[in-house]
Amino acid sequence: MKLLVVRVALSAAVATLLCILALPMISLLVRLSPRELLHQLAQPVVLTALGLSLETSIATTALVIVLGLPVAYLLATKEFTGKRVLQTLVEIPIVLPPTVAGVGLLLAFGRAGLAGGALKALGIELPFTTLAVVMAQVFVATPFFISAATAGIASVERRYTEAAATLGATPGYGFFRVLLPLALPSVLAGAAMSWARALGEFGATITFAGNLPGRTQTMPLAVYTALQNDLAAAVALSVLLVILSFTILLGLRFAPWGAAVGGAPARPRGR
Amino acid sequence: MWLVLALLLQQPKHLAVYAAASLSDAFNEMADSLQRRDPDLHIDFNFAGSQVLVLQLGQGAAADVFASADDRWMQTARDSGLIDGTPQTFARNRLVVIVPKGNPARIGKLQDLARSGVKLVLAADAVPAGRYAREAIFRLAWSAGYPPDYSRRVLANVVSYEENVRSVAAKVQLGEADAGFVYVSDVTPAVARQVRRFDLPDTADVIASYPIALVRHSTNTEAAKTFIDFVLSPSGQAVLTKNRFLPGR
Repeated sequence: MKLLVVRVALSAAVATLLCILALPMISLLVRLSPRELLHQLAQPVVLTALGLSLETSIATTALVIVLGLPVAYLLATKEFTGKRVLQTLVEIPIVLPPTVAGVGLLLAFGRAGLAGGALKALGIELPFTTLAVVMAQVFVATPFFISAATAGIASVERRYTEAAATLGATPGYGFFRVLLPLALPSVLAGAAMSWARALGEFGATITFAGNLPGRTQTMPLAVYTALQNDLAAAVALSVLLVILSFTILLGLRFAPWGAAVGGAPARPRGR
Repeated sequence: MWLVLALLLQQPKHLAVYAAASLSDAFNEMADSLQRRDPDLHIDFNFAGSQVLVLQLGQGAAADVFASADDRWMQTARDSGLIDGTPQTFARNRLVVIVPKGNPARIGKLQDLARSGVKLVLAADAVPAGRYAREAIFRLAWSAGYPPDYSRRVLANVVSYEENVRSVAAKVQLGEADAGFVYVSDVTPAVARQVRRFDLPDTADVIASYPIALVRHSTNTEAAKTFIDFVLSPSGQAVLTKNRFLPGR
């Protein structure tokens, strides 16, 4: 009897959650006929936004990897004062409303912002540029990479790198030829998560970079703009975003290194 | 869990007013005086671009009053059967150009908006303020003293189409945009300290008109009517005038 109650409660919880998560996706997918969907997707505004989204999110992912790896390495292998503060700092964007991030970015890197004068001296004006879109995406996407990469690097047993060092490997060799290959599944998983997050970025972008087709209007912004006078176009764009995001995450699950999604510690594998 | 759900679903009987973003200061002030008269009256505002409000009404949002920043979106709402009765124009508003106090692009006259490199921010086309701004730019292009390709060059300077007029004001206020088209009512005392204002010449003087109406599926019609009556009353009109609106008629 007790078991039955537990089972019913469990199924109810699963069903409720599935409803909340899956129903919106399904509703988006079934709203337009395939023909209308294709017709909408061929609109220039959609293609422009798609191109800009891919361009910026890929640039973001590259930047996040290049800038995030050293930080992840530091967090995973070193003990230092202020480590917890640094850890919290790189995690904050996960919980911060993106609009707040956008206001912060404006007040920091806008031309009237804290760093605005210095940037201007270099001839750089960030707001309303594609670069601002990338910065907004980097801001919100970095934590996903760093937490996965940190966990991955931390899970590599010390003896591997120590053995390499004993055998005369330089720290650089040890990192790129021993540590990184062993942590690669988590690093790639983190990169994919960042990419997906960057693709979906909205609040920080519209606040910091503005909303101009071809320059700063990424797909989520185009959805919002289209929603106000062209529901079909908005739905078509949304479907595209759902499919893209779903594919990235599903690809992660099926990738040979797929187990590492979400920063689950990677098991070091012998070679 | 049920308690949480019940709390989430249980809505106390509040009056829900859906109003154009430009009305936020004036309507908040009116709500204060209304609530001083009747402490039991609770007014919840939803301020956004009129186009967003119509979208939300169309999706069945539980609103009681709708106040739009142009007749077009009010008409759309009526055509969709969302409105009860005849809307009444309760205010008008004038379009102006604002530049940051520091005037980074050295805008001295409206002709300068066509100079290449000026960072101009407009509200999006669907936003009433965006439509009015375009209209003003096209009218300027036809005015004496403006080059014939004025509108093309000005529109080429747009760096962002914002989702409501208050975001336009904010971008100029922050000094990030060189210029923006907003309503004169958006130049609140706080904004005024940080911007310079250019009035449009008579040839391009675009006047926005604001209709207000009862929402058909209102569950609080009595309070809704009280609110609408107050907006149209001399006291309501005084609040609007104080907030730099022009009278409705």
